Amino acid sequence: MSNTRGLTLRDALSVSITVGAYGAAFGAASVAAGFSVLQSCLLSLLTFSGASQFAIIGVIGAGGSALSGITTASLLGFRNGLYGLRMAPLLKIRGVKRIIGAHVTIDESTGVALSQESRGIEAMRQGFWYTGFGVFIFWNLFTLAGAFGAQAMGDPASWGLDAAVPAAFLGLVWPRLKTSVDRALALSAVAMALVLTPYLPAGLPIIATTLLALGMGLRKK
Amino acid sequence: MNIYWWGVLGTSAIAFALKYIGHSIPERYLSHPKIQATNLLIPIVLLSALVGVQTFTEKTKLILDHRAAGLGVALIALVLKAPFPIVVLSAALSSALLYHL
Repeated sequence: MSNTRGLTLRDALSVSITVGAYGAAFGAASVAAGFSVLQSCLLSLLTFSGASQFAIIGVIGAGGSALSGITTASLLGFRNGLYGLRMAPLLKIRGVKRIIGAHVTIDESTGVALSQESRGIEAMRQGFWYTGFGVFIFWNLFTLAGAFGAQAMGDPASWGLDAAVPAAFLGLVWPRLKTSVDRALALSAVAMALVLTPYLPAGLPIIATTLLALGMGLRKK
Repeated sequence: MNIYWWGVLGTSAIAFALKYIGHSIPERYLSHPKIQATNLLIPIVLLSALVGVQTFTEKTKLILDHRAAGLGVALIALVLKAPFPIVVLSAALSSALLYHL
């Protein structure tokens, strides 16, 4: 039993540290996009969902409205709701514990929990909590470091931060492109967003690409 | 309250609401295969669109500058299976280099 616990903890920690380190990229990008150090840290503490955080700073940084940014971020956060759906019967939590559990329901905590299936339901629960808390701690510490670092640097373009942001998005989408259909969809989304850019307010061309996903997803039997 | 604060608070409120709702509603409401399939595709289109817009636009204009070089290097790093921090750093370095040339 304790051996299983150790293995689960090791999985959770390795994920937490690796993913937490991305927080530095977020903190730096957020400050480069015009957010304050405090605002950047609050996004990591309160939103606590990497893709959504990058989306809100990306859209507002590119001149989009708050509404466009929030919409894009929320569309990316929708999957956390589906993770919650998957985790709820496993965790069986109520009240304050459910609030905390919901807050740390992200790609990584769900992923580690599901990967512990062969070690039993108790290991799955531990995997969820260890990873949720682990990523939360490291993600926030690294965000603070990245935000302060970027503030000290000054002009974002001079340090390549303006290219680091799209590179981060590319790094986030890359593991999701498993089939040639996925890749074609990704390229279509890039093309659609670029073609619409001169005609729509900033932020809307990004949201508009959701139609591509809807068109394809709803055709599935 | 300025646009940044609206962004921080609005995004955070909805992000939490989505997570909490997931933990609180019966599974049958969202387990429809079409919803599941669409949910897998949405991050692909949004993140890809963000890559394009962040690299090739400035406000509402299309533009080709040092950022494209950074993205190209990031793409190479990903093809070579580099870890995420290396991908981001190599893109930043090459873009900065070109910016100063």
